[in-house]
Amino acid sequence: MSTAAAGTIDHHHDPTTSTGIPNKKLLMWAFLASDCMFFGCLISTHLIYRLHPPPGTPSAKSVFSIELTSFSTFILLMSSLMMALAVNAIQKGNLKSMRWSLLTTIFFGCIFLGCQVFEFNNFVNEKHLTITNSILGTTFFTLTGTHGLHVLIGVIWLSGMLIYSFTGRLTEKQAIDVESMGLYWHFVDIVWIVIFTAVYLLEYI
Amino acid sequence: MEQALAKSDFLAKEERVAKPLVLWRPTAKTGLVSWLTTVDHKRIGFLYGGCALFFLVMGGIEALLIRIQLAVPNNTFLTSAQYNEMFTMHATTMIFLVVMPLGAAFFNFVMPLQIGARDVAFPRLNAFSFWVFLVGAIILNLGWFMKDGAPDAGWFGYAPLTTRQFSPTHAIDMWVMGLQLLGVASIAAALNFIVTIINLRAPGMTMMRLPVFTWMTLFTSFLIILSFPAITIALVEVMMDRLFGTNFFEVSNGGMPILWQHLFWIFGHPEVYILILPAMGVISEILPTFARKPLFGYPIVVFSGASIGFLGFGVWSHHMFATGMGTMATAAFAMMTMAIAVPTGVKMFNWIGTIWGGHLSMRVPMMFALGFLWMFMIGGLSGIMHAAAPADLQQHGSYFVVAHFHYVLIGGSLFALLAGLHYWFPLLFGRRVSEFWGKVAFWLIFIGFNVTFFPMHFLGLEGMPRRTFTYDGNMGWNLGNMVSTIGAMILAIGIGVDLVAMLYTYYKGERTHKDPWDARTLEWSLPNPPMEYNFQQIPHIHARDGWWYEKHHKEEIAKENAERAKAEHDDHGIHMPFQSIYPFLAGLGILIGGIGVSVIDPADPKIYTGFWGPKIAVTILGGLFMFVSVVLWSLEGCEGYHIHLNEDGSIKGEDPHAGYGAKH
Repeated sequence: MSTAAAGTIDHHHDPTTSTGIPNKKLLMWAFLASDCMFFGCLISTHLIYRLHPPPGTPSAKSVFSIELTSFSTFILLMSSLMMALAVNAIQKGNLKSMRWSLLTTIFFGCIFLGCQVFEFNNFVNEKHLTITNSILGTTFFTLTGTHGLHVLIGVIWLSGMLIYSFTGRLTEKQAIDVESMGLYWHFVDIVWIVIFTAVYLLEYI
Repeated sequence: MEQALAKSDFLAKEERVAKPLVLWRPTAKTGLVSWLTTVDHKRIGFLYGGCALFFLVMGGIEALLIRIQLAVPNNTFLTSAQYNEMFTMHATTMIFLVVMPLGAAFFNFVMPLQIGARDVAFPRLNAFSFWVFLVGAIILNLGWFMKDGAPDAGWFGYAPLTTRQFSPTHAIDMWVMGLQLLGVASIAAALNFIVTIINLRAPGMTMMRLPVFTWMTLFTSFLIILSFPAITIALVEVMMDRLFGTNFFEVSNGGMPILWQHLFWIFGHPEVYILILPAMGVISEILPTFARKPLFGYPIVVFSGASIGFLGFGVWSHHMFATGMGTMATAAFAMMTMAIAVPTGVKMFNWIGTIWGGHLSMRVPMMFALGFLWMFMIGGLSGIMHAAAPADLQQHGSYFVVAHFHYVLIGGSLFALLAGLHYWFPLLFGRRVSEFWGKVAFWLIFIGFNVTFFPMHFLGLEGMPRRTFTYDGNMGWNLGNMVSTIGAMILAIGIGVDLVAMLYTYYKGERTHKDPWDARTLEWSLPNPPMEYNFQQIPHIHARDGWWYEKHHKEEIAKENAERAKAEHDDHGIHMPFQSIYPFLAGLGILIGGIGVSVIDPADPKIYTGFWGPKIAVTILGGLFMFVSVVLWSLEGCEGYHIHLNEDGSIKGEDPHAGYGAKH
């Protein structure tokens, strides 16, 4: 039994599969394709209902605070950068660096979630937009809430991986586990870019 | 010496480090535990198949009750409310609990064998898919045993009929939850099949050498992962409306019920191809085998399957011509719908080309396959009639539509799946259903089916509406309905004869040797039933009909196999995945949580104040149970063990017949 020296495993080619793509990576890509349709339907629901507001619906612009959301969007984007660094680190067998990058990713993810909690709280209590009182509230809270749930699952997954890395069982050989988690995280970020554009920025055109 | 010591020290440390956190490694090969912990794709295929046949009987009984009610005018056999439950559950059962799992049974059992793989890419995920499917099926049917009754809003569940205002009981909650879980199960299974087909092919098994059934599995899986999210979202929206009072389908607050129809049919139309593509795959295996010819125009059959899949996403609104979408949209969807007839027709001609000039061997699977060709074509032709929007407005919501989709779903899907059952039965159990009883069953089913559904074309054109529990005696529908009910009885007897014949064969039937049909694809290279590890050596594929090639190049193949067997066994033996209980436990958690969401009443504010109540508690309990199971599942790791084989293919140090078919 020999262990490869750090950084010598080819992370882009898996000789045991027909295509050379690792199974876990292919699974994640296929899942993300499915998730695209999932968010696509939710975003479409919001965009369709946006065009047909019944009388008395509050205008989205009067509710949103674009500064806070822009900030949390930026933070989420930066978390993607840290995620990419974490994947790079584990592929080189650098556990310590991976842990710091993961921790930062988690931290940024939590900031995003915190902003969302603040935003929801503010909308419900100050702006009187609730999930039941208007169609805007219904689609807005369902869509962004579903995305928030995805981020929360990501944060739990990242934290689990971080804790797992201290048990000594996470090595360069398991880099694919971190990499597929990273794919998920990047996807959640990209979806947010679409939501930020279609739900928030669209109102300011 | 020192060096050796140092090395063993290093090894011990290395092993200690890499050891995953395992609480329990189940090793049972027989008995209940072995089934709860199985990760073997063949056993999981069995479980799917068994459930599907059970629900075939259930859905059949529901259909018979419907037909008895409609046999004579102004019948009072069922109340209108019971009738609603019957047609809702009949459709939901037949689509989600019969045809889809029967397809999944074949995907599981046959597809890995056809590509020369030892299992699917993610064996535990595969088990999880099955358990979630079972949980969804249970929740969907819970209503029969409760005072709320079974779901009764139609399989299409049109909002706002499904909102709390019009369906206040938990019946619809169970329908929503059940369907949601069936979607999760289907998506998880489909992801697994996609990775398996793309990544686990044996050496030499290029994509254009894949058996057509495997191709259709791949297309169906893509359709599942891309179309099910639409119904997931639709169900989420209806569930939010029901549980939290949101406004998705609340018209007074700006909700638009037509959104449900769009989301539902964006899923619903690809769904019909999810039901028929596996059937087309089965037919493409059976016709060449029994016509003693290779499949005619293999690449065209494959690519037309792909085009059906693509076009299937662009035709959903032909279910909604009567909603008044506007001329442009109607014209576009009508044209797209007609376009789908082209690849379907191409396939039909390829199948005819396959049997043309062949030495047809009229065995039971071939009878069902030829029945499929004929009946599916009738269903396809009435389908094109619906594509013309003006004609569709006449046929919409009438028995003409009922006749059409039963011709494609029974005459198409079910005929092909029964053909597949008879075809692969020897491989599954090492026994063959008697030709006599198989043919009796075929003719009963064929005649019963046509007597039931052909008159419905006329009933529909005479204006008889669907989903209506009775009719007046002076409408001119009496004769057609009576004939149809008699036909349904014949059909039921036929299905009964077939199932009893299969059950009898399972225990007492005639034993068959390997490859009884002299078939062409790789699964027949295995002894029947196949061993747990599938292939003694991973085969190398030389041609499209891989097993046919092997049969005609015996010396070359024997030499190759011997070389590879030696290399493989000197190396490490055969890798097998460990069994695991966690997929089952995760499913159990989902069952508890699902019951919490859909069955338990919301907290009575007089007893429970604030957030907590039994509903919340049970839901969270189930969620936690699932979460812990998934965490333990991931900590257990995807390791496996290695087995070594004796000369005769039995596993060293193990009872050779302790596999799933342990009844020798």
